[in-house]
Amino acid sequence: MTIASPQDLAVPQPPSGQLQPQGWLRYFSFSLDHKVIGLQYIVTSFLFYLIGGALAGVIRTELVSPMSDFVSRETYNEVLTLHGTIMIFLWIVPVVNGGFGNYLIPFYVGARDMAFPRLNAVAFWMIPPAGLLLIASHFITGSAQSGWTAYPPLSLTTPAMAQVVWIISVLLLGGSSIFGAINFIATVMKMRRPGLKLMQLPMYCWAMLGTSILAVLSTPVLAGTLLLLSFDIVAHTGFFNPTLGGNVVVYQHLFWFYSHPAVYIMVLPAFGLVSEILPVHARKPLFGYSTMVYSIMAIVFLGLIVWAHHMFTSGTPPWMRLFFTIATAFIAVPTGIKFFNWLATLWGGKIALNSAMLFACAFIVNFVFGGITGVALAQVPFDIHVHDTYFVVGHFHYIVYGGTVFVIFSAIYHWYPKFTGKMLDETLGKIHFALTFIGFNLCFAPQHWLGLNGMPRRVAEYDPMFTTLNQLSSVGALLMALSTLPFLINVIRSFSHGAVAGDNPWNALTPEWLTTSPPPVENWKGEAPLVAHPYGYGQLPSAGLPVDQATGQDVWTGS
Amino acid sequence: MPIPPSLITFLVGMALVLAGLWLGQNVSLLPVDASVNAPVYDELFKVLFSIGSILFIGILGLLLFSLVRFRRREGDHSDGAPIEGNLPLEIVWTAIPAVVVLFIGIYSYDIYDRMGGMTPLNDHSAMVHAASMEASATMQVANAATSEEPRVWGGIGVRSDKDILPVDLTALQFAFIFHYPGANITSGELHVPAHRSVELRMKANDVIHAFWVPQFRLKQDIIPGQQTILTFTATRPGTYPIVCAELCGPYHGGMRSSVVVHEPDDFEAWLQKNSPAPPPTASVAQLDVLPVA
Amino acid sequence: MDTLATSLTSDAKASPHQDATDHGVAEEHNDVRMFGLATFLVADGMTFAGFFAAYLTFRAVNPLPSGSNYELELVLPTINTALLIISSLTFHRAGRALLTSRIHDCRLWLGVSAALGIAFLVGQMVEYFHLPFGLTENLFASTFYALTGFHGLHVTLGVICILVVLFQVGPNGKVSAIKPFGLEAAELYWHFVDGIWVVLYGLLYLL
Ligand code: HEA
Ligand code: HEA
Ligand code: CUA
Ligand SMILES: [Cu+2]
Repeated sequence: MTIASPQDLAVPQPPSGQLQPQGWLRYFSFSLDHKVIGLQYIVTSFLFYLIGGALAGVIRTELVSPMSDFVSRETYNEVLTLHGTIMIFLWIVPVVNGGFGNYLIPFYVGARDMAFPRLNAVAFWMIPPAGLLLIASHFITGSAQSGWTAYPPLSLTTPAMAQVVWIISVLLLGGSSIFGAINFIATVMKMRRPGLKLMQLPMYCWAMLGTSILAVLSTPVLAGTLLLLSFDIVAHTGFFNPTLGGNVVVYQHLFWFYSHPAVYIMVLPAFGLVSEILPVHARKPLFGYSTMVYSIMAIVFLGLIVWAHHMFTSGTPPWMRLFFTIATAFIAVPTGIKFFNWLATLWGGKIALNSAMLFACAFIVNFVFGGITGVALAQVPFDIHVHDTYFVVGHFHYIVYGGTVFVIFSAIYHWYPKFTGKMLDETLGKIHFALTFIGFNLCFAPQHWLGLNGMPRRVAEYDPMFTTLNQLSSVGALLMALSTLPFLINVIRSFSHGAVAGDNPWNALTPEWLTTSPPPVENWKGEAPLVAHPYGYGQLPSAGLPVDQATGQDVWTGS
Repeated sequence: MPIPPSLITFLVGMALVLAGLWLGQNVSLLPVDASVNAPVYDELFKVLFSIGSILFIGILGLLLFSLVRFRRREGDHSDGAPIEGNLPLEIVWTAIPAVVVLFIGIYSYDIYDRMGGMTPLNDHSAMVHAASMEASATMQVANAATSEEPRVWGGIGVRSDKDILPVDLTALQFAFIFHYPGANITSGELHVPAHRSVELRMKANDVIHAFWVPQFRLKQDIIPGQQTILTFTATRPGTYPIVCAELCGPYHGGMRSSVVVHEPDDFEAWLQKNSPAPPPTASVAQLDVLPVA
Repeated sequence: MDTLATSLTSDAKASPHQDATDHGVAEEHNDVRMFGLATFLVADGMTFAGFFAAYLTFRAVNPLPSGSNYELELVLPTINTALLIISSLTFHRAGRALLTSRIHDCRLWLGVSAALGIAFLVGQMVEYFHLPFGLTENLFASTFYALTGFHGLHVTLGVICILVVLFQVGPNGKVSAIKPFGLEAAELYWHFVDGIWVVLYGLLYLL
């Protein structure tokens, strides 16, 4: 993991990076190629996903019985803190932003690389040390016990070293995300191929632009807040320490000012990916391109002004609760536009029911469910009852897992041929899908009822009346764990044994398919094609395109 | 005779709405209601559940229908129709959620108002309870502010203005301690009469805790350094769990207690029985609230 | 955050032509780097915005224990403010000098700007030593030190950048009339740090 080291920075790079390791070694080096970096993000994060999933396994095993009997209570809190932190900061955010973003954005804007390749590599290489630090801390100092939200004063009274390590790690990951975001904004705004207009970009570019705006505006606030928190721990200042005259609610405001936008940092790129995948497999143009763009920007704006819906029981003043209720619920409008547009994209298409499509459609189902419970949660009187219960756990797993993780899988089935030049096996893919979908619903649907009826979250022991449903939920988690097997087998086996994919197995129109699979170092052998109609299905001759010629310009510019 | 598509759409829509309403009315996912605001809450829940069901089933149905109806047949390599958008349609599905959301917002505001959530607590409770403040002054934690006018943070509460039963609640790792200033009783269990407003004045000694009674549909964080107030009126005699709902340390899951709702007469009896003979039995009372495990 | 800032600027500095030749986008590159820096400053500004919001909220809802309300000494900070504002102007002159290839003037003005920055830091130190409260005295004290300290780090970094640029300026140096990026970046950053100080001064000392 640490083969690349800072001295690479000092070595002057000869033109076209000849000194860089070639072949598979590239993937362990300080590579500047956006495609290598993208895959580095995806694979690294997937490893962290396995760890986060194993931790979820510990949680679900503990919750099989109402007593605290599998791990100690302290360990349980450590595990759930690590689970939340790893899944958010080391799995979802890096994959859908850094991973797919780095791989796809330069293609989509017709560039040879990102705007700042070196900064890009730095951003990636901040992740493994941060993640390893976080996980290693568990075995050395113990890990933080105060949840991924790290509310003071609890985070000031739990073991200090552990909390400080957690803070350092999250600061590194936040820094990485800011650097990535700067890069995406600069690439989309400034690196577009001449002649390519903003409103011709594939939707994922817009999603990444919106996401990156959110990351740039909100992540620094988290960084500042965590700095203050670390002062409270290390230097005994009293910002958030009530016994020293501090104010704990201020921390919550600052934390959620970042962490609410963070949920859109986790889901907007997924929206973008779905917008790429659906048209290809439904053979229809993306419905309502411009409303999609406006709704992304509306979500970005609204996302910045709704944070206090996580604090309805924190003693916020009535006017504040009212404002945040309305603002939050209104996010359903731009989000709804996107969902209806996707349904309209499917309507009347020629839908291929392959693994990528199944995962993408399951995403729609799961996310709508999670979104509807979200809108319910946004209502103060409703939230008063279910805040900090398993209802909330159900809500957000429906969204982060049922939404984003399903999209990640869909995206892997969709782009694996481009990454490797090999197809994934469809049978294994469908087994993976079935197990995941059933396991997922079995695991998280019962949690809504548990929450409504009195089970709080973050507990290692609970009222025995909830035993049966918790066991059901744990069975679901087991199925999800099993579902990873066919996926792993598929991904590893297909790499060497898969059917050869060819350059454009889906007959897709977005620019990354107009080059070889896997693509050459600078993306196209000739000039970058100008794709004026990334979703021109049904209009342009879509079969038998001369993609290997790399400059499909003549074909694609017809407007 | 072919049925026009608009009629089918209309009929399906009606069926959907009726199904949603039926679900909302007939599927109960909540525990018994035991306070004045619980039925109000359940009203809101039914509405949200109905709307949610309609939307979810509708979208699910549409999606499944598309997947089956428009699936690609064997050997068909053509594209779908190149439809890129439809402005009137997009306006419709912007407007519908907007109206729904606006309606939900206003409706839940009304519900919240009926629960007493919009009552500004800051000024008036400081006046009404100036007398009993004295009792709680000893529990004043680290309120750095001048102690003349402690900052009170709003919980919610309907209060019938006469005859409020004040109870002080101190939360600490890992127990709730209730104190009845009038009768000078300290207890680890909350006893309240039915049909009489109770005002919980809550303080935390160490970290944030939360007071939650699922059957009352009420929850309020207990925040160190800031007094919070929660007012409720119990209706249904019985024993219900009090759950700490904010992560407060390793024993957070074990930080539970019960609230016993008495008939008014029984409550008086309980008060009589437990009122301390001159030396207060606080120490005894506190012993049995320490975490067992 | 500050190490992050360094790596950003050094990244930008280390890669002027290599990236360009790597990827054949030489024409636009300067423009992109300034754009990237500006985006980064927006992010950095949000860190300060978070601090300011926290400070204002503390002020509004957490009154200090009676008897601990300090009148801050105003003379020194006001002089300091003036120093920073003047240094922004001198830096601007340095930029103008570079564009007209008056390398000597450019170095001179850069030197003056750096000196003013250092004077500011010294003034800040003097103020710290004469304050009647320490870091953990109370909420106001902690916030005061956190804000001014965080800003001070930015000034320090800025001074270092100025000095680096000072040594790179030359007719055929890394920074010159045709390759003004290093100086322009440092200038933008310096103006940003000044702007933050003016807000900070208003909030901490005058409000
Ligand atoms: C990717 C992550 C993600 C996303 C996208 C969302 C999206 C939303 N979330 Fe969620 N949320 C989380 C992740 C996410 N959330 C997490 C992690 C937590 C817990 C944090 C913690 O405490 O640890 C949380 C908690 C949380 C709370 C606090 C609960 C509590 O602690 O008490 C609330 C309250 O308002 C909320 C609301 C919403 C809303 C309204 C949306 C909306 O954006 C949803 C909008 C989408 C739809 C509504 C569906 C599609 C729309 C239509 C089909 C149109 C028609 C619909 C209607 C008219 C209703 N979320
Ligand atoms: C953001 C993404 C995300 C994802 C993908 C998940 C995925 C899962 N989560 Fe997670 N979860 C959170 C984010 C996420 N979670 C957050 C933010 C919290 C709140 C934390 C807090 O309160 O602070 C939380 C809390 C949380 C809780 C509540 C804990 C509590 O409050 O006490 C539970 C309980 O069931 C749970 C379960 C699961 C399960 C079963 C999965 C499953 O979907 C996981 C499926 C994956 C696998 C099962 C991996 C399979 C692989 C293996 C098993 C092999 C392992 C092998 C090796 C390591 C070699 N999660
Ligand atoms: Cu007290 Cu949880
Ligand atoms: Cu939120």
